[in-house]
Amino acid sequence: MTQHHPKTFITYCTRWLYTTNHKDIGTLYLWLSCILFFFAGSFALLIRAELFEPGMQLMRPEFYNQLVTLHGLIMIFGVIMPAFAGLANWQIPLMIGAPDMAFPRLNNWSFWLLPFAFILLISTLFMKGDGPNFGWTMYAPLSTTFGPPSTDFVIFAIHLMGISSILAGINIIATIINMRCKEITWKKLPIFIWSWLITAFLLLGAMPVLAGTVTMMLMDRHFGTSFFNAAGGGDPLLYQHLFWFFGHPEVYILILPAFGVISEVIPTFSRKALFGRTAMIYAIVAIALLSYIVWVHHMFTTGVPLTAQLIFMYTTMLIAVPTGIKVFNWTATMFKGSLSFETPMLFSISFIFLFTIGGFSGLMLSIVPADFQYQDTYFVVAHLHYVLISGSLFALFAAIYYWIPKWTGHMYSEKLGQWHFWLSIIGFNITFFPMHFLGLAGMPRRIPDYALQFADFNMVATIGAFIFGFAQVLFLIMVIKTIHSGKKATAKVWEGAQGLEWTVPSPAPYHTFMESHHENQKNHQN
Amino acid sequence: MKTKKTTKTKNTQAKKQQNKKTLIILLILAVFMFAFSFILVPFYNVLCNVLGLNGKTGSVSQKSSRVIDKSRKIKIEFFSTINPKLPWDLSPNKKQMEVYPGENMKTFYTAINHSDKTITAQAVPSVTPGIASKYFKKIECFCFKQQTLKPHQKIEMPVIFYIDPQLPKAIHEITLSYTMYKVSVTEKE
Repeated sequence: MTQHHPKTFITYCTRWLYTTNHKDIGTLYLWLSCILFFFAGSFALLIRAELFEPGMQLMRPEFYNQLVTLHGLIMIFGVIMPAFAGLANWQIPLMIGAPDMAFPRLNNWSFWLLPFAFILLISTLFMKGDGPNFGWTMYAPLSTTFGPPSTDFVIFAIHLMGISSILAGINIIATIINMRCKEITWKKLPIFIWSWLITAFLLLGAMPVLAGTVTMMLMDRHFGTSFFNAAGGGDPLLYQHLFWFFGHPEVYILILPAFGVISEVIPTFSRKALFGRTAMIYAIVAIALLSYIVWVHHMFTTGVPLTAQLIFMYTTMLIAVPTGIKVFNWTATMFKGSLSFETPMLFSISFIFLFTIGGFSGLMLSIVPADFQYQDTYFVVAHLHYVLISGSLFALFAAIYYWIPKWTGHMYSEKLGQWHFWLSIIGFNITFFPMHFLGLAGMPRRIPDYALQFADFNMVATIGAFIFGFAQVLFLIMVIKTIHSGKKATAKVWEGAQGLEWTVPSPAPYHTFMESHHENQKNHQN
Repeated sequence: MKTKKTTKTKNTQAKKQQNKKTLIILLILAVFMFAFSFILVPFYNVLCNVLGLNGKTGSVSQKSSRVIDKSRKIKIEFFSTINPKLPWDLSPNKKQMEVYPGENMKTFYTAINHSDKTITAQAVPSVTPGIASKYFKKIECFCFKQQTLKPHQKIEMPVIFYIDPQLPKAIHEITLSYTMYKVSVTEKE
């Protein structure tokens, strides 16, 4: 950071409050998502603790429903999305040779909206009438007619989060299109950047629809409209269509940057170029476009006509094709590569394997007659956690281990990383693999208590959850340790690393690429 | 000769202009998607009506059919549901009947207000199978308007309908169901 400011508590605070520096804002996003990760994670452990045995031991069912709702809302909007936004902020300017993002002050506002949004969201737990208890999907009329008074604050919090994401998306697109240095042509654009460019467009297309939908919820609750109220001529099913029209692109927003990260990490530790680079980019575009025409697969059991079920079944199965291409290409990149297994690579390889399992359960869910069995059971819970944890979260871990030497100037402790990795995948699989069978056996989701035949696997899952949860403390220790100490990192950090971000020193100076890289090189040659 | 500084400032200015342009285009895109979500609402209703989905039948009276198809009979079942918030009873006088497609039929539903207040309610019809709702034509229906019942009042409400002869040959049974929703309560003086 700049050397000239006198360091008082006030200047420390105002630095972080007013910063327009992409590295600072990236750090802020990552810390926010880390704090919320442990917060929503503790909710998960409370949920699993209640489900350890049949019967209600720890809490009222009403509170359980709030835990489930907030766990989902916070993990999606408070952990995964801000963490990838943090990566975007740190890495995009570094990888395209830009001095900062296109709109640095807008960048600051995009971040600072979030702490306020989450304070508001979490405060609903303490409001009269309790917090939101209708699942993160907030279906009407449970959320509209029967939702507690705090629902209006949830709606407002979602508006704030939506604005933050939309503005961040605009910033990212403008930066990538306009601020690339001369050397980074479209052809040379790193895959992580491509993935964020496309994700940003998805954000712009999907988040406003969520904003419209929750606005309609608010209007139904307080302004006498009947968007989702059959009595007034509306339709609860309309809510589901609107929500999932947003909701499906949203889950691709959660995974596409992860794909980008994996496409950066695997070539580095295979010491080999990414296989099928062009196909990888087209695959991301194809996935993004297809994500808009599959939403009804969340509604197969609602009574939509057979023709609709078939159309959406086919489009959903179709998404497996570009995704499969990516999985094959990552594997092909490793084939005959010179592999080493540092922590980022471990998380990336497990991503390929475990995310694919999540993809397979997704394919199973896409088949309409089978989905009638799986819908709203723990099979869906297993699927979503396989793609979100071993997909998005593990890619985030890979990214942080990969780039933290660049950010902090220190190598992380490989031993800590390995412990974190192995405990995580063991804990994760013990938790979520049994849930496939629970779902197949008929255990519904979002229930605080269950029939006796589900007891054993629930006990196993809870044990796994606690292993997984406490393993994350190792990650936190790693981060804090690496910020303050550790072997000094070189500029290149990793032997096989390619890209502009590895040409700047580690830690990356507060201001980088202030003159264009091209000019910089010219000057240094003279 | 242009100094490096002037070129750099010009480039920065150019980039700032480009960024501004991009910002405006993308903001418009975001606003458009917000508006789009509201446009989807009538779009959804239109699609449901046109495709006959969701069991929605019309809310206006339709003309009688000119043609009666005597080659087949369709079984019509009548059903009713009361929204729990409404202290009424609603029941069909006749639980089922067989009709020729195209033939005008009349049946009645009886509604009773069990409470001590004057209540206005709205009946919302639904037809199963969904695909048949397009062919279920109502000439007169108590669902076209709201019904107001005084305390403990009982009335018989007519439905006059016919099944469009264009009904697909594969359909032999149709169920007409009404759900009664509370609209407003008038306090007793």
